[in-house]
Amino acid sequence: MVHIVGLGASLFGFWLLMSGHFGPLLISLGVASVVLVLYIAHRMDLYDRETFPVHLKGWIFGYWGWLAKEIFKANIDVAKIVLAPSLPISPRMVRVKATQKTDLGMVIFANSITLTPGTVAVDIEGDEIIVHALSQELADGVLNGDMDGRVTALEER
Amino acid sequence: MEMILYIASGALLAAGSFLVLVGTIGMLRLPDFFTRLHAAGITDTLGAELLLIGMMLQAGFSLITVKLILISLFIFFTSPTATHAVANAARTMGLKPALVPDEDIETTSVRRGSAK
Repeated sequence: MVHIVGLGASLFGFWLLMSGHFGPLLISLGVASVVLVLYIAHRMDLYDRETFPVHLKGWIFGYWGWLAKEIFKANIDVAKIVLAPSLPISPRMVRVKATQKTDLGMVIFANSITLTPGTVAVDIEGDEIIVHALSQELADGVLNGDMDGRVTALEER
Repeated sequence: MEMILYIASGALLAAGSFLVLVGTIGMLRLPDFFTRLHAAGITDTLGAELLLIGMMLQAGFSLITVKLILISLFIFFTSPTATHAVANAARTMGLKPALVPDEDIETTSVRRGSAK
């Protein structure tokens, strides 16, 4: 139930922000679309923790702040490599252990790896993520387990 | 105040454009598919976000800024998913990454048994 109400409220909020009109006609059209989407989502049996992860709550923002900092640093590292005349790359393919228990946690971890330039999550096999990295240092940044630990902590709260 | 905002947004737009340019140079300079993905990563993370933040400063407190924030959130979620999808497809098709040490290729080769 909390998922249906939460999804409906966020869809309607999204509609209001996108339209920017608050007349009765557009509001009722918005409500009608939200109800239709909720009905279709219900028919597809899509209400669960994964489609609407209310349990992550505010903690995710703290993680995003940290991730933004990492993305910034990695961008500068990769930009330096790309612009250096000698093109100092040493690509690696490594297996990274993922300690998350849920699929959602694994996805957050894998997407965080991909979002950080210089490392791309290529595949998931069991509890290991296969990562392609542009250089040894960038590979070490994922292998040291800092990001993995933070995502796992996010999952447990 | 107006002036400061204007300069800040201009600086952000310039920095964002520069990073998009760097990403493009990387696409041209790097040797193979997997390494080029990393250059594309510059374009759609910091490059795109700096451009969007620059535009938010121009728009001020308005509905346009809210929409720009939503766009940046969607880029934040969709770009790694798309990058992973192409990288995964390349691996599934057996594309060998260039310049990677042989032992890496061995340890990361597809293990059918351990896949979920």
